Amino acid sequence: MGRMRNLLIPGVDKTLLVRDAVKTMPDLTRRRFISGGASLGALTLLTGCDVTDSFSAEEMLKQVSKFNDGVQALIFNPNAMAPTFPESAITKPFPFNAYYDLEDAPTVDGKTWKLEVRGLVENKKSWSLEELYQLPQVKQITRHICVEGWSAIGSWTGTPLRDFLKVIGADTRAKYVWFQCADKDGYNSPLDMATALHAQTQMTFKFGDEILPRAYGFPMKIRVPTKLGFKNPKYVMSMEVTNDYKGGFWEDQGYNSFSGS
Amino acid sequence: MSAVTVSNEQATSTKAKVIQPAWVRALHWTNAFAMVLMIMSGWQIYNASPLFDFRFSSSITLGGWLGGALLWHFAAMWLLMVNGLIYLTVGLATGRFRKKLLPITPEGVISDTKAALTGKLSHDDLTKYNQVQKLLYAGIIIIGILIVLSGLAIWKPVQLQYLTALFGGYEAARYVHFFCMAGIVAFMVVHVVLALLVPKSLRAMIIGR
Repeated sequence: MGRMRNLLIPGVDKTLLVRDAVKTMPDLTRRRFISGGASLGALTLLTGCDVTDSFSAEEMLKQVSKFNDGVQALIFNPNAMAPTFPESAITKPFPFNAYYDLEDAPTVDGKTWKLEVRGLVENKKSWSLEELYQLPQVKQITRHICVEGWSAIGSWTGTPLRDFLKVIGADTRAKYVWFQCADKDGYNSPLDMATALHAQTQMTFKFGDEILPRAYGFPMKIRVPTKLGFKNPKYVMSMEVTNDYKGGFWEDQGYNSFSGS
Repeated sequence: MSAVTVSNEQATSTKAKVIQPAWVRALHWTNAFAMVLMIMSGWQIYNASPLFDFRFSSSITLGGWLGGALLWHFAAMWLLMVNGLIYLTVGLATGRFRKKLLPITPEGVISDTKAALTGKLSHDDLTKYNQVQKLLYAGIIIIGILIVLSGLAIWKPVQLQYLTALFGGYEAARYVHFFCMAGIVAFMVVHVVLALLVPKSLRAMIIGR
């Protein structure tokens, strides 16, 4: 039962408890604290349970989650398009959603911002917003589904990521495109190559036919209608084509990494 | 020779007394375990974005937070699905469903409900289900199938979009999934209370006789 206790603490909201504890820690420690996936383990300290007792249901669940990544990759059909909707179906207002309040959302200067391109690509030049706006764009009206369960329909316009990957000469045999963003506490997320090459995966510059507002990720968002919302990076600063699994802000805390729809 | 005959008779009489065969018992308790995990983690997931104006107390949820609950939910689902598929396959192949659960008639259900409420329903032969039991057991199998399908529809609204559409879309599928859970919980309450009222039925599900 001590094992179970690690994941099941009656009356204690672990998220809140961990959040409170994290607030009192210096920044560097905080990052490692989260990226180590230690939130549950650290809680055993906070609750006074024996740390050595924490075998783990947690470890078992992680393994099953990895297995689920594999299953989802297997059933992912690159030709299956996310359903699209008419303009009239768009959710208004479209919700702002993040792990911080809107006032803490990054403010990026579009004039000086450049998209950094790294890793297994032929051309590592950085791209200004003006240059990116020159690329052909398409619009999609699709359903954004949050890991929490709610959903909202939005209109996103931008360049298919696969077109851009072609332009920069990316090695599309690589496993991931890894995005790093300007969100506080350093949001990042890996996107599997099959999904990155999906026709609807988009470098988004507009929402509802207008330049992407700060709330939705100015200057650039990656819209992935075949993934849950937390795997749709906003305020993108750089992308890296890589074979290494570099983890992600939410993935490291326990959300399933593939999280495909 | 006589000794052999006796043991044969013993074997036959023992066999005749088995109310719940071993495979039913094993699948039943595995299902109960998986269901409880699914429901408790499901409540925690529900709390992240409630469909109605209430949340489940964290004292009865599993996972601690949304991420933990999702890990439990997507692990226990394999146990529930594999176990359920074996149950459906064996139940259909052996004719157990047909023999045990059919036929169900409205008149039979009404008269057995009356008998149950007035305390006149007989439980002498546990191998034969009364009409109310047949209806509830057949119903819970259908709800069990629906909750798995609606769950798949929510999990994969792009890859399994035809299934999702069958439930009336993503948002509607969430409600179907919720109401199936409510149906299963209601069934479980009645099921457990009745098992405790007729303890020999509980014993039969544990040791078979």
